[in-house]
Amino acid sequence: MLSLTIREVSLALREGRISPTELCRRCLNRIKKTRHLNAYLTVTEELALKQAQEAEARLLQGVPKGPLDGIPFAVKDNFCTENIKTTCASRMLRDYTPPYNATVVQRLLDQGAVLVGKTNMDEFAMGAGSTDGAFGPVKNPWSYAAPYREQTGAEPDSDWVITGGSSGGSAAAVASLTSYLALGSDTGGSTRNPGALCGVVALKPTYGLLSRHGLIPLVNSMDVPGILTRSVSDAATILGILQGLDVKDSTTIPAPSSLTELPEDFDVKNMCIGIPKEYHAPGLSEEVIAQWSRVADMFERAGARVEQVSLPHTQYSIVCYHVLCHAEVASNMARFDGLEYGHRSEVNSSTEAMYASTRHEGFNDVVRGRILSGNYFLLKQNYQHYFVKAQKVRRLIADDFKHVFSSGVDVLLTPTTLTDAARYSDFTQEDNRTRSAQEDIFTQPVNMAGIPAVSVPTALSRRGLPIGLQLIGPAIQDKKLLSVAQWIEQRVGFPAISQYRNDTRMIRKGADFSCMKRTVDTRNQLLTKSLITGTHNGLKV
Amino acid sequence: SVLIVMDSCQPDRNKYFPLLGTHFYYLIMSASCLAPPCPSAPQQLVGVVGLEIHAQINSNTKLFSGSPVRFSAPPNSLVSFFDSSLPGTLPVLNRRCVEAAVMTGLALNCTINRKSLFDRKHYFYADLPAGYQITQQRRPIAVDGELTYNLLGGKNRNQVIRKTVNIKQIQLEQDSGKSLHDDVHSQTLIDLNRAGVGLMELVMEPDMSCGEEAAAAVRELQLILQALGTCQGNMSEGQLRVDANVSVHRPGEPLGIRTEVKNINSIRYLARAIDYEIQRQISVLQRGGTVQNETRAYDSKSGETIPMRDKEGLQDYRFMPEPNLPPLIVYGDNASLPTGTDACQAVVVQKIREGLPELPSVKRDRLVRTYGILPEHSFTLVNEDGLVEYFEAVLKATKKEPRKVIGWVTNELLGHLKQQDMSVSQSKVSPPALAELLELQEKGHISSSVAKQVFQEMWRSSGKTASQIIQEQDLGLVSDTAQLHSICQKVVDSNPDEVRAVLNRLIGLVQRETKGRADPVLVKEILQEKTS
Repeated sequence: MLSLTIREVSLALREGRISPTELCRRCLNRIKKTRHLNAYLTVTEELALKQAQEAEARLLQGVPKGPLDGIPFAVKDNFCTENIKTTCASRMLRDYTPPYNATVVQRLLDQGAVLVGKTNMDEFAMGAGSTDGAFGPVKNPWSYAAPYREQTGAEPDSDWVITGGSSGGSAAAVASLTSYLALGSDTGGSTRNPGALCGVVALKPTYGLLSRHGLIPLVNSMDVPGILTRSVSDAATILGILQGLDVKDSTTIPAPSSLTELPEDFDVKNMCIGIPKEYHAPGLSEEVIAQWSRVADMFERAGARVEQVSLPHTQYSIVCYHVLCHAEVASNMARFDGLEYGHRSEVNSSTEAMYASTRHEGFNDVVRGRILSGNYFLLKQNYQHYFVKAQKVRRLIADDFKHVFSSGVDVLLTPTTLTDAARYSDFTQEDNRTRSAQEDIFTQPVNMAGIPAVSVPTALSRRGLPIGLQLIGPAIQDKKLLSVAQWIEQRVGFPAISQYRNDTRMIRKGADFSCMKRTVDTRNQLLTKSLITGTHNGLKV
Repeated sequence: SVLIVMDSCQPDRNKYFPLLGTHFYYLIMSASCLAPPCPSAPQQLVGVVGLEIHAQINSNTKLFSGSPVRFSAPPNSLVSFFDSSLPGTLPVLNRRCVEAAVMTGLALNCTINRKSLFDRKHYFYADLPAGYQITQQRRPIAVDGELTYNLLGGKNRNQVIRKTVNIKQIQLEQDSGKSLHDDVHSQTLIDLNRAGVGLMELVMEPDMSCGEEAAAAVRELQLILQALGTCQGNMSEGQLRVDANVSVHRPGEPLGIRTEVKNINSIRYLARAIDYEIQRQISVLQRGGTVQNETRAYDSKSGETIPMRDKEGLQDYRFMPEPNLPPLIVYGDNASLPTGTDACQAVVVQKIREGLPELPSVKRDRLVRTYGILPEHSFTLVNEDGLVEYFEAVLKATKKEPRKVIGWVTNELLGHLKQQDMSVSQSKVSPPALAELLELQEKGHISSSVAKQVFQEMWRSSGKTASQIIQEQDLGLVSDTAQLHSICQKVVDSNPDEVRAVLNRLIGLVQRETKGRADPVLVKEILQEKTS
């Protein structure tokens, strides 16, 4: 039951095969069993059971609020939840309880969805591993599944792999079957990256389509609430519920049309799939490339046009992203001064001294480092050289996408990450800045441009860890993007983690490592490979 | 509230109206300000004054939140989640504030930017919860305007001198909260009621040269804002806050180093602070010193400006575009609205222009033209809230010429009001009541001196009509010849000394005329005959 999709479990609830309270209890139990993942910072057990009972009453009366009534969900701990701690995984907000709900949280609650908890993350969403939160790192559920254990002979609790980040807790919650849906936030890839590494669907909608009201910001001009689910169709359902104008967020845009269900038999014939040659970045693993070409082949076989395209300013994106990100971080973090809320230092010799020690004690090195460099970029003498220049490049990056989409390309197909998930011990060999630059390489240009993208799990790697691919679409065409994503989902045969669940020493039972077994038309493979491999940076495939 | 005004150029007026409001005075230039530079003397140092004015927008709610705006509410009772900078909250622009800024811009002949932008200005201060203020640094809502104001000059102070100051820009921004420093317990108390209230910052170019000019410009602005209803303009409640940038130089030479004078909470203090600062800078330079670029506070007790403790040395505000607010677009007219836009939701310049009320300068011109009153009287009328309406109401109910009515309104009525610190609406004598009194005088029922006496009586015993008072106190004009004859006779008879003195003085004058050649006895006889 726990491994079902929202659509499936919603049907089960309506048909009375399970009650909302029973479903809720099972999720709460599973959360307890998977405590070692550190996916949740707060579990709202009491509230969840109360909500589940209310949902149950509605279902019994035959008046459910909608398809989400009674369905457990989790929320990243940077979305405000009324009377529920919201920490951003920071000492600064360790005991902070907001008095209001973020709009996206409220919209889910209004649908009768049951909040089971708040999920772990990198402190203030600054990171790409979910390793830099004040309350410990998140462990990837696939670390404990048979494929990884068997392929690597890894020892539990020593060789575990990261979830990616910064919404690692949310991705782990959905992947470990403790909630059917989780909200993440995506500023430079923070939803898609852990989505890919944890093998779940991760949607970053068009900027402005979802309200940011109540999302504690990282970069206001790039932040988007992200949706993590087990199926593309579920993501579309949630998008339909969350999207649209919010008077509390002036940057929201009207929903293009009420998003109904995705077509089951979407036809990609005559579509044009763009393969951006600049996405052959150094460090891209062979396995990811193999998946990339595998899916490209599928499109071509199905009658789509697969074309190599160029997004010429891509290589400048990450550095500009960092300049803009740090500048906004410096600004957004200014409010955490210990006066109105959050941590306040004992030092009280002067207001200034109190500010300084409050901020030193409350923020980790990563946050402090970004505040420092962000303020440097905003200084009068630096503003033109850094902030304005980065904004100009941002425009060029957005234009790159526009040009490609106006030249007839429907969607772009790219990797989501360079590799599958790294071991924690390996990942932490490099600092947060280096890792962010590596991990966000394929994801942040989309945030710079404000367009939608989705990461779809495609296969397990040789190490038994998920690999995801990213689809990027033009602004406001989220539905079309999801239709294509579903088309991929239907064909790649990504294995459900439930196949291996509950027994890490369990013998592999017919796991479909399709990435290694696939048979493809040789001609197509060669043709696509030549597209995929490109010539970038002399990378050998 | 009314301020005690003691201006050296109007000593006698002070005697009569010790509590007279400031409004008379910034129309009048001090001698130092008015004196033309002596052409033969070496170039004198003169003052250069620019102003930065923060006008609190008169609106029900704050600039970016739904919190009510009210003065003197209990501390921290008007604070929304956004105002206290709770994480995750976002600004939502208040249309009323935008309309107020556009209306003010139009009244000051500004160009209204169809597209303006919001920026963050960063600094750490306890009453600035977000650590930044949302303002309009790069592209404000209105630019390039001007304000025409007037000074009364000339020998009899009846010459209207028209002056203009350029308005560089009007920008929308948030007000900060208030800090209360408790030195005894060495703590600071914060009240966020004011945090986030909408402000219009008006920047006036350094086109003024002395305190009186600045005061007159601010007073005119105050009148305009009040006429528009965009700001209540009360300086003592902080609805209008004026900082002055003051420097001195020799005409034709580059501007001197300026100081910024803050903490000025009335128009009268503004004039004094500026004049003090100009004199201070001149003496510094004359002593061979240099003026420091610094912020100074005006101390109204000593009448001096004193250096303020610099907050953090050199401030770098690290301006950044406000990412949570899209560009602010205003539309020229309904025709330029994009299709599908709700005209009620949009800010349309043409609609606001059509709704502009009569501005003070237009009103004054109209009063002078329509009623033939003196320009200086038009200033007095317009300066006092409700006085024009009072004056016109009196005119409607009497046949007396406006030129004769005006004195009653600007002297008798206003004098009484000021003496008791009252506004026109609180007047104890209503326009019809005054009109009745003036009618009685006009028809010759009472003399003008009795009329003034009756007015005072009406004021004291409010509610009684003029005729009641005249009847009760037997103040009617006496015109019975026989009665007057006998009264006169009685007066002459009972004052022989006075009669003699008058006669002697007249005799003296006749002797001067005749160079002492007149026969005194005859002269006395003739004069006695002529005066009896």
